[in-house]
Amino acid sequence: MSAIPQKAAGAGGELKDPPKRGRWVPYALLAPGMVWLVVFFLIPMLVQGGTSLQTGGLEKGYEFTWHWGTYWDAFQDYYPQFLRSFGYAAAATILCLVIGYPLAYAIAFKAGKWRGMWLVLVIAPFFTSFLVRTLAWKTILADNGIVVDVLNTLHFTDVTATLGLTEGDRVLATPLAVICGLTYNFLPFMVLPLYASLERIDPRLHEAAGDLYANPRTTFTKVTFPLSLPGVVSGTLLTFIPASGDYVNAAWLGSPDTGMAGNVIQTQFLRVLDYPTAAALSFILMLLIVLMVSAYIRKAGTEDLV
Amino acid sequence: MLPKGTMNEQQRAGASGDVNLVGLSKSFGSNTVVQPLDLTIPAGSFFAVLGASGCGKTTTLRMIAGLEQPSSGQVLIGGQDVTGLPPYKRPVNTVFQNYALFPHLTVAENVAFGLRRKGRKDVAAPVAEMLDLVQLGHLAGRKPAQLSGGQQQRVAVARALINHPQVLLLDEPLGALDLKLRRQMQLELKRIQTDVGITFVHVTHDQEEAMTMADTIAVMNGGVVEQMGSPTELYESPRTKFVANFLGQSNLLDSRVTGTSDGYLTLDVRGTRMALPKARAAAEDDLLVMGIRPEKISIRHQDAADAVKGTKDGGNRNALGGGVIVDSSFIGVSTQYTVRMPWDQELTVFEQNMERDARLVPGAPVVLDWNPDHGFGLAPEPAEVPA
Repeated sequence: MSAIPQKAAGAGGELKDPPKRGRWVPYALLAPGMVWLVVFFLIPMLVQGGTSLQTGGLEKGYEFTWHWGTYWDAFQDYYPQFLRSFGYAAAATILCLVIGYPLAYAIAFKAGKWRGMWLVLVIAPFFTSFLVRTLAWKTILADNGIVVDVLNTLHFTDVTATLGLTEGDRVLATPLAVICGLTYNFLPFMVLPLYASLERIDPRLHEAAGDLYANPRTTFTKVTFPLSLPGVVSGTLLTFIPASGDYVNAAWLGSPDTGMAGNVIQTQFLRVLDYPTAAALSFILMLLIVLMVSAYIRKAGTEDLV
Repeated sequence: MLPKGTMNEQQRAGASGDVNLVGLSKSFGSNTVVQPLDLTIPAGSFFAVLGASGCGKTTTLRMIAGLEQPSSGQVLIGGQDVTGLPPYKRPVNTVFQNYALFPHLTVAENVAFGLRRKGRKDVAAPVAEMLDLVQLGHLAGRKPAQLSGGQQQRVAVARALINHPQVLLLDEPLGALDLKLRRQMQLELKRIQTDVGITFVHVTHDQEEAMTMADTIAVMNGGVVEQMGSPTELYESPRTKFVANFLGQSNLLDSRVTGTSDGYLTLDVRGTRMALPKARAAAEDDLLVMGIRPEKISIRHQDAADAVKGTKDGGNRNALGGGVIVDSSFIGVSTQYTVRMPWDQELTVFEQNMERDARLVPGAPVVLDWNPDHGFGLAPEPAEVPA
């Protein structure tokens, strides 16, 4: 109760000299975030950058020598893994979009009072551990499992084998298995932003399009889809970026031939203990993602949407 | 859906451009929003549907547009039954309440939307022409979010009109604008309607807006059209209490019919003898509610009551004595008096500010009088109809 008169007194003081009082407030509000970024992003980046320019060995220890050559060597040795990373991530992103868009659309426009429940179901897998969910796919795609039997009977595996995604009648330990795992694990990151942008669309715009001679299909292509583009852009980014850095799916569902950039980094860092190479690989991965994402955003022209 | 056999009869029912509503009704669950409604809106007219919110006027409009399926009845446009057609196959366009402009398209592309859907390629010229009609040619490249409310409203009108619909539906199109802009847009819409000659069906809750713009007004209340007619007709001869009070203000006096003479009914209003043209009574019951508009009443101080006799129509005026002024407010062009009658009813009088009697102040005893031809008679309402 005593807070009220205090507040009033404070307000009186503010009236007297508002600019002086307010000047430090934005910085105070920024401070926690800035401290977090400096401690957990900027400093680790500098340390990692330093590590990537070191040379030496396990016995003698590593020394800082401005050795940029590690970058070129690492890229030359491991470019297939980078290609795979981006290839698998792109495939998973497209699959997520194909599966996630109709799902988000149905939740936003057709679910009615079940909306909340559907959204909970989309997020529900997060309640169990990422690892456990990924391991479950090992069972789902097991060689003598129902799924693989059905795919073989339908000759689906013949098609994927021709595309180089599977080998023989196996699915596990093939690129397809990795892509399946990535798609499954990152689907919610696609659905939620899509849902958010679809849900924001004023239903009267659909009525207006219908009123202006657009049939339901044209209404979708000319009104709904363009207005959901911000969701498509953020959904694909939220799927593609973590998927291209992922190593769990490739490690559990793939084979040595399906290694992604993340797997190499993990091996270099934890098994080979070649820290400069691991650090350089991390920077290369980051740089490539930043390049691709900025090209994509420029192309998608998000600032022009809505 | 209707049996195909009835088609010919329906086609005969309406001329081109007419809108015919035949037994049209709408219920949501057990809640009937529009009672079965028969209505003909003549081609080329500016037709207003007026009513308070929730009276069913917007639902009626949406059924014409095809955005709502009627529970029963038919919608005919230009004699053609469109009841089962989806909105994109109907020859109507709508100006939505909050415009519903496409935010991702420019003004020009918003306006071109309908033409493009109909497969027209050469849209530049008609779009430019239409934008000039609504005086927005210079803003063709802007996005809707960069426009003011009034400009958005005009884009919405242009976007609908460019398709030359048989009927243009306007759903409270001016509701989001401020008063001054609303006045200006009222005149502009009226001008556009006169220019293009398309049937306009305008839904509004603003009686002044309806009176300014429409040729014909249908007043809706509780899902029923209470009365339909020209603005003058509705104002001068309302036929229900709702209409009498929704369009302007009315003083309503309970009375008993005591006789007839010379086309006039003789009434007993709380002991005072009065006259009312028989033609202006909406009912032939013994009991009648007599209505009189506040501005038709002359107010005189009791001491000057004899002056009534001296006026041109002399003793033929209806006069009510015994009132006391309880409130007077000066509103510039007129003064509004509230007069309490001996039976505790308060009547409202608007008096033009020409020769003001200084004695007319709160507390003053007054006599009210008016030309009997200005009164109107309404049926006494049966004890409140359950909703």
